[in-house]
Amino acid sequence: MLTGSAAIFALVMLLLLIAYRRTPAPHQSERRQERFWLYGLGLAFPLVTLAALLIYGLVLGETLLPKANENVVTVRAEARQWSWSFGYADAAGRTQCVLHIPAGRPVEVEITSLDVVHSFWAPRLAGKLDAIPGQVNVLRIEAAAPGEYHGVGAEFSGPGYSGDAFTVIAHDPASWAAFLGRAKE
Amino acid sequence: MNALARHRALSRIWSSQPGWRGVISTVNHSDIGRMFLLVATLFFLIGGVLAMLIRTQLATPHSAFVAPAIYDQIFTMHGTVMMFLFAIPLLEGAAVYLLPKLLGTRDLAYPRLSAYGFWCYVFGGLMLVFALLAGLAPDSGWFMYPPLSSSAHSPGVNADFWLIGVTFVEVSAIAAAVEICVSILKFRAPGMSLDLMPIFAWYALVTALMILMGFPPLILGSILLELERAFGFPFFESALGGSPLLWQHLFWLFGHPEVYIIFLPAAGVISTVLPVMARTTLLGYRWVVAAAVALAFLSFGLWVHHMFATGIPHMGLAFFSAASTLVAVPTGIQIFAWLGTLWKGWPRLTLPMLYIIGFFFTFVIGGLTGVMVAIVPFDWQAHDTAFITAHLHYVLFGGFVFPMLAGLYYWLPQLTGRKRFFRIGEMAFWLIFLGFNGAFLAMHWVGLLGQRRRIAWYPEDAGWTAINLFSSISSFVMAIGVAMVVFDIALHALLAIQGSRNPWDAGTLEWAMPTPPAPYNFASIPIVRSREPLAADPAIGDQIARGEYFLGEPRGDLRETLTVDAASGRPEALVIFPGNSTLPITLAAATGAAFLAALIRAYWIVPLALLLVVGLSLRWGWSQDAAAYPGLQNVGRATLLPQAIETDRSPGWWGSVFLLVADTVLFGSLFFGYAFLWTVGPNWPPPQWLSLSVLELALGLIGAAVEVIGIRLAGRAVSRSSPSSHGTLLALAGAAMTMAALAMALTRAGQLTDYAYGATIFVMIAYAFIHAAIAAIMICSLAYRTLRGGASCPRTSNVNIVRLWTDYAAFVAATSLIATQFSSYLT
Repeated sequence: MLTGSAAIFALVMLLLLIAYRRTPAPHQSERRQERFWLYGLGLAFPLVTLAALLIYGLVLGETLLPKANENVVTVRAEARQWSWSFGYADAAGRTQCVLHIPAGRPVEVEITSLDVVHSFWAPRLAGKLDAIPGQVNVLRIEAAAPGEYHGVGAEFSGPGYSGDAFTVIAHDPASWAAFLGRAKE
Repeated sequence: MNALARHRALSRIWSSQPGWRGVISTVNHSDIGRMFLLVATLFFLIGGVLAMLIRTQLATPHSAFVAPAIYDQIFTMHGTVMMFLFAIPLLEGAAVYLLPKLLGTRDLAYPRLSAYGFWCYVFGGLMLVFALLAGLAPDSGWFMYPPLSSSAHSPGVNADFWLIGVTFVEVSAIAAAVEICVSILKFRAPGMSLDLMPIFAWYALVTALMILMGFPPLILGSILLELERAFGFPFFESALGGSPLLWQHLFWLFGHPEVYIIFLPAAGVISTVLPVMARTTLLGYRWVVAAAVALAFLSFGLWVHHMFATGIPHMGLAFFSAASTLVAVPTGIQIFAWLGTLWKGWPRLTLPMLYIIGFFFTFVIGGLTGVMVAIVPFDWQAHDTAFITAHLHYVLFGGFVFPMLAGLYYWLPQLTGRKRFFRIGEMAFWLIFLGFNGAFLAMHWVGLLGQRRRIAWYPEDAGWTAINLFSSISSFVMAIGVAMVVFDIALHALLAIQGSRNPWDAGTLEWAMPTPPAPYNFASIPIVRSREPLAADPAIGDQIARGEYFLGEPRGDLRETLTVDAASGRPEALVIFPGNSTLPITLAAATGAAFLAALIRAYWIVPLALLLVVGLSLRWGWSQDAAAYPGLQNVGRATLLPQAIETDRSPGWWGSVFLLVADTVLFGSLFFGYAFLWTVGPNWPPPQWLSLSVLELALGLIGAAVEVIGIRLAGRAVSRSSPSSHGTLLALAGAAMTMAALAMALTRAGQLTDYAYGATIFVMIAYAFIHAAIAAIMICSLAYRTLRGGASCPRTSNVNIVRLWTDYAAFVAATSLIATQFSSYLT
């Protein structure tokens, strides 16, 4: 996307530069110029480029959508000004500002809010999805490797917005089992 | 009469009063346009200072420059000021100043309405400036998402300032849009068919229509949110059947077209200036017109791309993603039409052209990043980061400020009659260009690194420090450039030497007049036979001054101009404009009093102020009808035309049509809200439905039918000059019946604070009630004038206007009664 954009930008700049460098051809028919500039560059060129890009985006978006998977772990994220509280389908109790997930398994996060609109965003795990009061949005995330991942609230939510962050801890199978066991106690 | 005597006579007729009295009583479009441009520029500087405060805050990690509570006010006001108090008024000002000159006429359709709009803007802007200085400014971000902006989470008066102040300013945008539509369609030089209009007028027409369609959803949203804040009507409260997403839909239904509302006039400036700088004509005039119209249509189909992260189903996202990428096609057509024009001609590198090159550079980048964020997976990451901030500034600064600066330097000699002398502008350009790109290119980068927009501080270990500091320093370089432009313009206006009449060798009519322009624009109204009349006939300016065209002989104290057939440009009627008046500023003050009373919650003042508004409006309409000479008038060149108010479709009728377009969109948005809560809102259905009342329904529908029939009978009586007032009385009875039915329904709407359903149907019925009351007042005024008879006796044009409003009132009464009375059966 970046390369394509850079190429289009360079093309426009080049055409602009040449306009100043060339000597104008005096007797070119206006209709021919229209055919080149408007049918060609104005209409056909963006239509083809954009159609390709759009299809690519939709296919990619489709693969990012949650699919039925038996191995899925479900967790629940509740946003409020300015902290996140997480609950687990497989364990009782809640954790504050730390979300525990197993690594290497798809996780569905059921996101909602208790007050204003927030947005759940763990940049290295997935895109963002809004936390809206009265509504539950489901985001599929997956951590490739165990470790700590940074997350933030990503919709402006008032004076405490800048510091509205959480951590996602992805466990290997053993420590995930240990976490579930601890939570059950 | 020689040219000088004609100039003196016309100047006496058209001039505003000297000094401060002139400022408050002028209705002349050149004055109002200049005042709009000046005040909008002041707000640009205020918004710019706020931007500098933002960049100061973000220059270093853990900044303690201002606390988050203040910082939130600063960035909210930066966006609000730039959008509502700078960009929209600036384009309105440019259109108000330029259009009559481009179209070859003497003033806009409703001179007093331009003044009214201007004063609404000033008073609304002052409210927001006061809030800013008092530390009470809105602080929920410029798109004001509830519940953050609801009373529970924003208890202070801050959000009310936004909702009420911005709505007040929008009144002025609607006024200007109606004015621009009618002026372009009806007030042109004879012979100027739509196909021969200067390209800027096409852009202005499309923009004005977009304002009429785009602003009502936000006005409605603001009214609903203010009702929620003030009285607890739970439209956006999900626990009570409302939905916070309803606001987001209404806001972006406005917010996305708004971007194109800002861009299109700027594109109009480029399409005007660039061909002149290339010493040629625009390549593909019809293509460019079609592209502008296509942009307008598409822009209403992609508001959801601001809501990709709200959990909308992927199929829905696919549709809006496609629409969002498709919008790049008409933009591409314009870009390549401009490039083709440059190739076709022989471009000069002047200062306006320098800014246009700056536009190409920045806007193309902004467009390309726009295509990126239209792709859903990318947007899920980039949304609400500094990348978006950078993108929108590339689009808005690149797509609006650069072209407007090009336009400023292009039309400056026309505005002042002087020659540019000091060469500060070029240096200012480079500072602005380099500073802008430094500041915002860096912001793309830091956004991709994960910096969210609207944060007040960031930690040191984020690794964003150097980028932010670079961005801040660059933004100050840009600010210095802007200050130099202001300095340059001030020096130019005060010190530069007299210039020649058409310094750029342009072909449009605004250069066929002495500069600075006289208040009447054209000593006689020219006949236009080409898109570039001045290029086709360089002597046209002298012929105009010698009074060789229409209305070359001033009569008495009358400000006269012509209207034409909208499509062909055939002369149609003579218009006599009202003269200087303090009525507009008084009416704006009365309107402001109603808004201010709502703001400080002194609700008992609101009806009093509205009563004053109604009284002044009646006076306004009345005084417009004074006919100096009855019958056909000689307008010069052996042409006899009727006066516009004696035709069936007067300018007032046209204005009512366009105002009703905006009104219908408002009503449609209300319906959308009703349907949205019904289908999407959580916690629906409501505990209790409005039960069907046959009495209300029958009374309302029969009343609606009666008023529609009555007003037609009244029209027939007037066209036969018969003194019968039966039709008027029948219409009045019909209006009274609908009002009674609606009032009964209002009392049954239930506990309004308990549930969004009751609140929504209350607003729908109240909307119909207000329109029934407006129709009733208009019919009363008609009846009174019929009874008085004589010179005040209504004409067909008066009845036709009242008929429009009566029909509309009947339509909304019937629709809202049916939609609410049967709701319990619809489940």
